[in-house]
Amino acid sequence: MFSRAYRIAITVPPLAWVTVFLLMPYLLMFCFSFWSVSSTQTIVHSWTLENYKQLFTKDVYWETLLRSMWIAARVMVFSLALGYPLAYFLSFYAGKRKDLLYQMVIIPLWVSYLVRAYAWKTILGSDGVLNTLLQYVHLTRHPLDFLLYSPFAVVLTLTHIYTPFAFLPIYAALEHIPRNLVEASNDLGASPAQTLWRVIFPLSIPGVVAGATFAFVLSFGDFLAPLLLGGPSGIMISNIVVTLFGAAYNWPLGAAISLCMLVLVVSLLFLSERIEQKWNFS
Amino acid sequence: MGSTTVSSGSRIDSGAASAPLLTIHRVAKQFGKNIVLRDISLDVAEGEFLTILGESGSGKTTLLRIVAGFESADAGELSMNGERLDRLPPYKRKVNTVFQSYALFPHLTVEENVGYGLRVARIAEAEVSSRVEQALARVRMTAHAKAKPGKISGGQQQRVALARALVNRPKLLLLDEPLSALDANLRRQMQVELKSLQREVGISFVFVTHDQEEAMVMSDRIALLRMGELEQVATPREIYSRPATDYTAQFIGHTNLLRAEVRGGRASCGALGWEVGLADGPAAFSVRPEDVRVVEAGRTSVDGVVRFRGKVQHRAFHGATELVRVVAGEGLVFSVRTAGMDGREEVECEFSPKDAVPVRDSAERS
Repeated sequence: MFSRAYRIAITVPPLAWVTVFLLMPYLLMFCFSFWSVSSTQTIVHSWTLENYKQLFTKDVYWETLLRSMWIAARVMVFSLALGYPLAYFLSFYAGKRKDLLYQMVIIPLWVSYLVRAYAWKTILGSDGVLNTLLQYVHLTRHPLDFLLYSPFAVVLTLTHIYTPFAFLPIYAALEHIPRNLVEASNDLGASPAQTLWRVIFPLSIPGVVAGATFAFVLSFGDFLAPLLLGGPSGIMISNIVVTLFGAAYNWPLGAAISLCMLVLVVSLLFLSERIEQKWNFS
Repeated sequence: MGSTTVSSGSRIDSGAASAPLLTIHRVAKQFGKNIVLRDISLDVAEGEFLTILGESGSGKTTLLRIVAGFESADAGELSMNGERLDRLPPYKRKVNTVFQSYALFPHLTVEENVGYGLRVARIAEAEVSSRVEQALARVRMTAHAKAKPGKISGGQQQRVALARALVNRPKLLLLDEPLSALDANLRRQMQVELKSLQREVGISFVFVTHDQEEAMVMSDRIALLRMGELEQVATPREIYSRPATDYTAQFIGHTNLLRAEVRGGRASCGALGWEVGLADGPAAFSVRPEDVRVVEAGRTSVDGVVRFRGKVQHRAFHGATELVRVVAGEGLVFSVRTAGMDGREEVECEFSPKDAVPVRDSAERS
């Protein structure tokens, strides 16, 4: 069919790209995670499990890892709770306004992440919009300080940022449901709520799983929102990795933590792929 | 076969006798500027097999969707057993539909698909399983009860769709071209099965199709729809032998349409002429090919019979019969159905005036 030269010409560049920019860095990271740093701040190229031991014995590391997962899990749940009804409404009831509303969901994605994170800072701060309003209407006497520099602020901001990512695959899945299945369900006596539960939701599960994975994985690895709005109690695992690769100059430990995150994320992706497969009927 | 179900009265003319099950009264519908249905009035009797026949774009599917509740009519009323139907959402109508593409739920097994309506209605699980079992047995799908719809053939999916609708014991079953996706042989087989199933369960069927042969085979009555208007509603026999319009005559089976001029009780079409009881003016007549006979040349004809000579232009063999095109001169071409004839190139044919059925001009109305 295709000449040998042609086949080489189209397969080698992507393979080379993957090797140079993915496989080699991962391999390097893997090696680093078993090395160590000497007292004179040089990398010692001898194999040790010390980094992994630290990761699982020092409270600050595994606690932050768990907190990051907990924050990511909440972001995932809230993004789905917001994204699913929105996608359902848009797909089934928006009628002519569908395209316009769809664009309105997408537009925030074009705004810089930083701008959106800062926006929450001005809303949630002690002199911020929310606190000023609450005091103005005499609901509170003093500024609420848990609003900013807290896990709450991080969850709120990440939910705002990643809801469109949860929304999009759900919307795509809903749009793919043949409308005659919905009609058939109504025809067989199922009310709209019964139809949602028995037909629409099961058929949208691949989209829900994809959206949940997006929201979880993206917020799990996020470091800007906790940096800007998290405060000491809202630190996430990526902040620690950033510090280890920067000021702390402990690349080996940083690599070990990164690898651990990678394993978590990849197994999650694998799991979600399995679920999506199982619920895919097209 | 199972137990026989009681059906009410004689099916064919129950339309006029008993109170109708479904009444469609002056229904109209348009999408934007496109008028799809205008002023449709139609009754469906208890236990009747009514076919809505029409070409694509005639509005037949829209009419069915209005009855099911997926579309709402712009004007007119629907009632079932004397109660307004059009104000109910589809899930509250005692009507079930077999969709053209079957619309089986892909995530549910055959059994779960069939039990869907019953479970939604919160019927006790024991009754659900026994009714599902019965319904599957009726359409001979028991062996595939645990399969997902994606794993069974089109014909089997079709039967599951039928079972899924019938298990709810609707008063009325709507079928939207359910056989159109099947190949010719399976299709013919399913026509017979569907018809006998309908007799057995005694539920009224409203069947939509564009296939006139299918309509003839299955229906108690046919409602012929043309460009959103009802052309004729009658039994297959009547619609075939007494077509009301030229459109009907041509759409249902083959016909010879003769455009004649009536003067003084006599119709003339080219060189042909016969006695009619019509007023003076132009008139159209339908003569079925099987009503035209090839006769021995020179044989004297019975009084009043229309006879003509013509050249054989084309012969199409149909197995039991042969359709012969005879050019009778002056641009007059006849289709003649014979049981086979010799290789003559010129034939003499005749038809009786009673077989020349006067038909209205379709375009004339409105």
